[in-house]
Amino acid sequence: MSGFLGYLLQRLIGVMVTILFVAITIFLMVRILPGDPARVIAGVLASDQDVARIRTQLGLDQPLWTQAGIFLDDLAHGNLGISARTSDPVTQEILARLPYTALLAVVSLAVAIAVGLPLGALAAARAGSLADLAVSALVLFGISMPVYWLGLMLIILFSIQLRWLPAAGASGPLSIILPAFTLAAFSVAFIARITRSSMLEVLRQDYVRTARAKGTPARGVLWRHALRNALPPIVTIIGLQFGELLGGAILTETVFGWPGMGRLLVDSIFSRDYPMVQGLVIVFALMFALVNLAVDLLYERIDPRVRYG
Amino acid sequence: MASPAPAARSEGVLRRAFGGETLKRLRRNPSAVAGVVILLLLVLAAIFAPWLTPYDPTRQSLADVLQHPSRQHLLGTDQLGRDLLARILYGGRLTLFIGAFAVAVGIVAGVPLGIVSGFYRGATDMIIQRVMDLMLAFTSFLLALTLVSLLGVGLTNVIVAVGISTIPRFARLVRASVLTIREISYVEASRALGAADRRVLWRHVLPNAVAPVIVQATLSMGGTILAAAGLGFLGLGVQPPTAEWGAMLGQGRNYIFSNPAVSTFPGIAIFLAVMGFNLLGDGLRDALDPQLRGSR
Repeated sequence: MSGFLGYLLQRLIGVMVTILFVAITIFLMVRILPGDPARVIAGVLASDQDVARIRTQLGLDQPLWTQAGIFLDDLAHGNLGISARTSDPVTQEILARLPYTALLAVVSLAVAIAVGLPLGALAAARAGSLADLAVSALVLFGISMPVYWLGLMLIILFSIQLRWLPAAGASGPLSIILPAFTLAAFSVAFIARITRSSMLEVLRQDYVRTARAKGTPARGVLWRHALRNALPPIVTIIGLQFGELLGGAILTETVFGWPGMGRLLVDSIFSRDYPMVQGLVIVFALMFALVNLAVDLLYERIDPRVRYG
Repeated sequence: MASPAPAARSEGVLRRAFGGETLKRLRRNPSAVAGVVILLLLVLAAIFAPWLTPYDPTRQSLADVLQHPSRQHLLGTDQLGRDLLARILYGGRLTLFIGAFAVAVGIVAGVPLGIVSGFYRGATDMIIQRVMDLMLAFTSFLLALTLVSLLGVGLTNVIVAVGISTIPRFARLVRASVLTIREISYVEASRALGAADRRVLWRHVLPNAVAPVIVQATLSMGGTILAAAGLGFLGLGVQPPTAEWGAMLGQGRNYIFSNPAVSTFPGIAIFLAVMGFNLLGDGLRDALDPQLRGSR
């Protein structure tokens, strides 16, 4: 077990290094790219005095190295700075929104796996059949349609026409249904596609033929042997694809007025709240890195050939 | 595959990537054919927009606000009384233009990075790959969104931002094929015979890396169109009154109660364009490498 703990520690350090570099990059991007953040925050009509005041307030009048030192020192203490819009701590505002984004992402991912995995397995088991063709069409739709458009179409159908579900906000358990299904659509398609190709690969293997030859029922071959062995690459892809899911969450939250980090990010971009944008990018990257770490750890559970330590 | 033509280098490269056999396979691939047909229709519609509609895509008419589809306005009008069909036809120009140029940014930066990384390996490779890892850690849409928010909105910045977010894909892909090709015996032989790096690159490495790049570029077109339209939807893309599908959808969102058509049709247009590139990309991949058929 100590081998595993050592491995875990090593991986956590890796995540921290990644986030450190992400933080340094976004810090430099905000300060080096053309445009004066203080001037932009102050607005077009602001006087030079106002701009100077904001510059001091944000510490932008300090030399870059001093700014970087303060930024990294704060970061190490979990302090992401002060919002330029509300003057509240960035960390506090993000933590208030984080549960909504996490909930949306987790529910969507669960829906995507619950729908995508069986669909892909079905398509592989009956390759070339009408069911396979239908799954392919569904996959093509899922990866080609804009997530924000699907969201609007679902609102038109279920909120405006049928009046079954709320169109916006996060008031009550019904509110998450439309955003979660909207966000899940792309992942359903992606997971179904990967599952199909991974299963087809496995179904060609000798041991599957052996299992069939010795009379294992077709269903047993499919679920016990094939899916089990097809799972590792699928899980890896699900982890990598989580980045797309977070990008989709930003758009989905905007469509449905879902009070998560994505909507906060879009609002902050429009109000030129650079400290908030900076903090949100770091937290998004941290979520992505941690999910991928979790996926790698899950690998050991589903693929007995892999052992850490 | 056909042997390379000695005369024109670029022609040789293309013919190697798309031998006659490949083109034949492509023509027999229903998904590729469907993709080509969809894309051709969209491109032709964009080019011939002025002949296909009598309306100016930016001319407002407050008397005709938010009209439902009719014989006069086949798809209806938007919140400023502009003809929706005209805006979609003209908007296609911009959407396809942004998609293509963003992919071009990804190729122009990503392919050389991948070649250098794979060909020279060592410390150069390590540094380039860590930078690519860093870009991937941002996740692509978030990277494009952050870049646009800092660079400012507008056509060029959207292309640059979305383009930059595709660089790692091309760099990774080309590096992988260069690493494979390097080890193939005829390349090793040509190095052993004293061929200069440049010659080995041009004669052997690049021609073999072209096919996967073309497949990736086609599939990436779908991705860049979706990302650019997503920025437009958020109001961070091409600015009004220019017709762009994502922005039309974003503005139409406020009128889904009174006239859902305003946001429905631009979305269908985006969907068709992305689907066209996905179909063609899948078809190209299958035609170039029949062994990969049906996988990813």
